[in-house]
Amino acid sequence: MTNATITTTDTTWYKAGTISDVPENGGACAMIQGKQIAIFNFTRRNEWFATDNLCPHKQQMILSRGMIGDMSDEPKVACPFHKKSFSLKDGHCMSGDDYTIKTYPIKVEDGLIFIGLNE
Amino acid sequence: MKNETQILVVGNGMVGYKFCEKLKKKDPSGAFKITVLGEEPRPAYDRVHLSEYFSTRSADHLTMAPKEWYAENNINLVLGNPVVSIDREKKSVTTFSGDVYSYDKLILATGSAAFVPPIKGVDKDGIFVYRTIEDLEMMINQAQKSKVGAVIGGGLLGLEAAKALLDLGIKPHVIEFASRLMPRQLDEAGSKILQEKLESLGLTIHLNKNTSYFDGDATVTAMQFADDTRLELDMVVISAGIKPRDEVAKKAGLTVGPRGGIEVNDILQTSDEDIYAIGECALHWGMIYGLVAPGYEMAEVVAENLIKEHSKEFRSFDMSTKLKLIGVDVASFGDAFGAEEGSVAITYENKDKGIYKRLNLSADKKRVIGGILVGDAESYNMLLQMVNNKMALPPDPEDLILGSRGDGKSEGGNAGVMNLPDEALICSCEGVTKGAICGAVTDQNVTDLAGMKKCTKAGTGCGGCVPMVNDLISETLKSQGKVIKKVLCEHFDYSRQELLDLIKIHEYKNYDVILDELGKGDGCEICKPAVGSILASVWNEVILKQATIQDSNDRFLANLQKGGTYSVVPRVAGGEITAEKLIVLGQVAKKYDLYCKITGGQRIDLFGAPVHQLPDIWEELIDAGFESGHAYGKSLRTVKSCVGSTWCRFGVQDAVSYAIRIEERYKGIRSPHKVKMAVSGCVRECAEAQGKDFGIIATDKGWNLYVCGNGGAKPQHAILFASDLDDETCIKYIDRIMIFYIRTAEPLMRTATWLNKLEGGIEYLREVIINDSLGLNSQFEKELQLLVDTYHCEWKEVVENPELRKRFSTFINSDESDETMAFTEMRTQKKPANWKA
Repeated sequence: MTNATITTTDTTWYKAGTISDVPENGGACAMIQGKQIAIFNFTRRNEWFATDNLCPHKQQMILSRGMIGDMSDEPKVACPFHKKSFSLKDGHCMSGDDYTIKTYPIKVEDGLIFIGLNE
Repeated sequence: MKNETQILVVGNGMVGYKFCEKLKKKDPSGAFKITVLGEEPRPAYDRVHLSEYFSTRSADHLTMAPKEWYAENNINLVLGNPVVSIDREKKSVTTFSGDVYSYDKLILATGSAAFVPPIKGVDKDGIFVYRTIEDLEMMINQAQKSKVGAVIGGGLLGLEAAKALLDLGIKPHVIEFASRLMPRQLDEAGSKILQEKLESLGLTIHLNKNTSYFDGDATVTAMQFADDTRLELDMVVISAGIKPRDEVAKKAGLTVGPRGGIEVNDILQTSDEDIYAIGECALHWGMIYGLVAPGYEMAEVVAENLIKEHSKEFRSFDMSTKLKLIGVDVASFGDAFGAEEGSVAITYENKDKGIYKRLNLSADKKRVIGGILVGDAESYNMLLQMVNNKMALPPDPEDLILGSRGDGKSEGGNAGVMNLPDEALICSCEGVTKGAICGAVTDQNVTDLAGMKKCTKAGTGCGGCVPMVNDLISETLKSQGKVIKKVLCEHFDYSRQELLDLIKIHEYKNYDVILDELGKGDGCEICKPAVGSILASVWNEVILKQATIQDSNDRFLANLQKGGTYSVVPRVAGGEITAEKLIVLGQVAKKYDLYCKITGGQRIDLFGAPVHQLPDIWEELIDAGFESGHAYGKSLRTVKSCVGSTWCRFGVQDAVSYAIRIEERYKGIRSPHKVKMAVSGCVRECAEAQGKDFGIIATDKGWNLYVCGNGGAKPQHAILFASDLDDETCIKYIDRIMIFYIRTAEPLMRTATWLNKLEGGIEYLREVIINDSLGLNSQFEKELQLLVDTYHCEWKEVVENPELRKRFSTFINSDESDETMAFTEMRTQKKPANWKA
């Protein structure tokens, strides 16, 4: 399958899938340009988020299978391995460790999910 | 041997044991070498709760401390060898077997025996005293061939014995010489109320009865009374008072009282300054103290004085008591009969409810000096404190027994405890004051009863002060501004138990609805799986309908392993598996390149499956007749079993068949945490059932049920809950306990911790489950049956449902495997690469 791409200024948008591919209030993983991206369908907040799939704690490709929620209204994902929590907004670790994950621009158009990468 | 002082303790009862415990604590360097000589064959046990032996049939359960405790503390414990003489010149004692032990200080803690009145025929078979576990065992034997029994003595101990007969299925008659029950503690009116209550519970009470003789040949068949009446019966228990065990002391020339008891001074020395007497054998200013709390205080005084000479005296002890007699609260405190000159009594009587309360006020009407409570003794602790601390009366003293009425709310039951002075003695068994309890909260951060018991020992004796200790803890916390309410997380201001009740009442089945109605925010990894578990426990719907609220393993119905792959564990009930099924497991493992390992729960774990292969693997397993093993769930894991009587030459029951039956019944039921069970076919216990949440061990009569054990980081043995159960009763008890646990535990709390935190502990659990004290058992059974009836194999649901199956993908835009997953080889099987970080 070839990724449909749309390019704006310096961000290239890649199609990741359709909204029904990602469970409500949950996540799924897409392979974009050889990179594992975790996509979260935060239905409760009516927001979509995209981050690295890699949890920096033990270098595991897993975050898309993590549970999402909020801490004092900041949206977050908890790693299923050891429950490290990361902000879905800026990727900082919210459970007191010195890790950061990358977040990516994401948009939904006509039922399709697009992830933006800066090349 | 360096300058060790030889301490010889004669008697290993509750007080003798307590003395050892106290002295050891005060003497960490081991300056004293303790030897204990006991008459009974077993180490000291809790005689106060002796009647519990009828329900548990376990002496271990009553044991104060096991033999190992004595060894660990370097105490030489010699049992089954009574002392027959004391040589005060040589400072030694001789035992029945002829062994001689010398001493520097001798502690007599010989206790008491039952007083047996000299009535003709009293030596016939079928007549018992109620004192030791051996007495109880003989009573149990006799009870099997008896219908009618009598207890001589309507005092405290007599009524306890009547309860024992009732428990043995015998209709008890209580024979009292005086004109009322409990003549030492209760007045006429209180006694009358108690009597009516007991009669309604099936006891027959005979007052003013004087026994002339026991009739029968070898075995008693009837009692003949002085008023020419007669009672035909099959057994008699004598409980007419106690007789101090002073015979050895008397023979050695120590001063004893005219009616028995070894005379002691205020530091509990006998007439020989190197010999002390403590507990029920000691006579202190004409008084024998037949309760455990003063006995413990005596142990404390002697231990303290051995460490530091004449540093502590024994004062006359408050004989106030509160107890539950056959379910009726009875308390008597201070000057119960208002003997003080000019005192005035306030009484309240409610014949309908069976309540009687009497409060004696001092002549100046400024203080409470004592009283009696029957039927409702809730205010006992507070009233006793008012007496002991000479506290001033409120303006309307009747409020103390009636509660304040009329103008809205009272001052609040708990607040009162904070008005006590710091030196008020709260736990009289362990001598813990209010100041010490509050101090433990403020200075040592104790926040609950368990912590308090550990820190101060308060509440570890008779347990009577526990409600007050709890109040003190919560009030002190409150005064510090620390109101501790157990809430789930920032999204729900409810405890798990409250949430479960609300979910049930409102019939909520969806997490989002629950969050909207009962919570706030967007949820988190604490409340989502907790609510998921509650929903599964209550409604038992397919959990993947709400996959994203399930914890890591439940979300994909498999155990997430290092590297991001999953392991697969089909159910192998009871650990029994056919060759055909073993072959299928081997074929599947080979086809999908899975690492194989036998688990601790007697089944086979297949590791290393990527998420997208899970449905294919399970499809093959289900086709071969396997089903989910729920190894990933907070639910029943396995029921381990030994081979039992079918193959084993020692087995007494068919452990495997029963284990399979149990596993089939409870499989798939979700609970606050995982639940493990095991069934052993005989007492050799090869299935290690005593390390499980529910452990079942075969006896020649049925099954012994052990509950609330676990292995893990903090291993805890399961406790014997009930003995010799038939198949159905054992299951019924497990049903009820399961639901009670599901309903009340906190999230991720194993049964062991749950029981540790359950107020009233195992006795309370027995009350609820066996005696239905909450009246909820039929509901518990119904709820459990619903879970059994709605069982489904979760993997079958997934395999047959394309929508659910679709969620098991590695990538939404590619069918490839995750190439970052790395494996190496070890002993010819694959294993994941080590953590990279």
